[in-house]
Amino acid sequence: MARVRLSVEGLILARGGRRLFDPLTFATTGGAYVEVRGPNGAGKTSLLRAIAGWMRPFDGTIRFEGVEEPALAIAYLGHRDGLKPLLSADAHARHWRALLGGDGDSAEALDRVGLSAVADLPVRAFSQGQQRRLALSRLLIAPRPVWLLDEPAAALDSAGKRLLAEIVSDHVKHGGLVIAAAHEPLGPAPDQILALA
Amino acid sequence: MSLLGIMGAQFRRDLALVWKSGAAAPLGFFLGAAALTPLAVRPTTFDELDQLAQIGPQLLWIAAALAALLVLERLFQADLEDGSLDQMTLSAAPLEALVAAKAAALWVGVGLPIALAGAPAALALQAPPAAIPAIATGLAVGMAAFIGAGLVGAAAAASVKRGGVLIALLALPFFAPPFIFGAAAARAAVLGDPFGEAFALLCGIALAAAAIGPVAAAAALRLQAE
Repeated sequence: MARVRLSVEGLILARGGRRLFDPLTFATTGGAYVEVRGPNGAGKTSLLRAIAGWMRPFDGTIRFEGVEEPALAIAYLGHRDGLKPLLSADAHARHWRALLGGDGDSAEALDRVGLSAVADLPVRAFSQGQQRRLALSRLLIAPRPVWLLDEPAAALDSAGKRLLAEIVSDHVKHGGLVIAAAHEPLGPAPDQILALA
Repeated sequence: MSLLGIMGAQFRRDLALVWKSGAAAPLGFFLGAAALTPLAVRPTTFDELDQLAQIGPQLLWIAAALAALLVLERLFQADLEDGSLDQMTLSAAPLEALVAAKAAALWVGVGLPIALAGAPAALALQAPPAAIPAIATGLAVGMAAFIGAGLVGAAAAASVKRGGVLIALLALPFFAPPFIFGAAAARAAVLGDPFGEAFALLCGIALAAAAIGPVAAAAALRLQAE
């Protein structure tokens, strides 16, 4: 499989009529870990959502190469975990496999994020950290080359943060591209840091 | 996974959610509204009982339309709030297909039970037993038309807090055609007149709503993904 390439040129995003950051130009490829930094309101989330194709750029281009359809190459983990309080962790795992397409072993993925003991419980019984872990398992269940992570460490305990760092490193090692917005370094040494201002 | 496989998964998930999050509430609303009708008409003579029989099934249609509005409010709002909508746009299945699967689940989970409950409700409102199958079938098709026609409003108001009133304003005009022909078919059935023509028009409206609704709703949802 050709390595995925992402090139962003002269990107300007606007929210509520306000320009979020100076025109942004960068290029990166699979096998790289990119950390997006910047104060609250700098536009970290907007940048990720623009790369995911949900937010229309005010100006500039975002181009993927080496993938047929960007939407099918992207895994997104945001503030909102995409969880239904009434469904079990196991039901979520099975649904993601179908919805996002994946050959990941859902039992193994739940085990890796430390949820196999509570896989049958509805998510409303989960703590914030457990919910975040379940959302993380989505990255393993439906493997996608490009990961867009928005503050992925939020609500995770120290073991969870180590697990996150491990999962990200593994993905990068296997040729994946990870772009993460983070207040604090996630752990893996970034190949590139985008400071938004 | 095939397109139908993904739609099936979305359908099962939504159906499970409809049941777990209380499909009984709109059903109870429907039955409650139907039970209030005789109290408003207050038949004391046989003539008045006949009047109730004539308007009863049509009042059921009002209750069904309002029940449909109730369930439409949370259809997309929950997905938008909890981030599920983001994941839906990353699927190999087009958003239109996933919306159609969600609408189908809503119809099976809420629409059909309401149509079934319409049978005893119509009996209680003095409809002749011979007219009951036609009334229930009409309500089942009508619920499909209401849900299909209401999808756009539900999608457009998904990011609005307490969007229920907005959805009602957006969707009610589209409810008019199924309302007219559905209630006409119910009335004809009660009177023992042929109702095939009105029923066929109702079916046509339901099909059109089911075909156009998901496409329009998906477009409205994409605009709100930012």
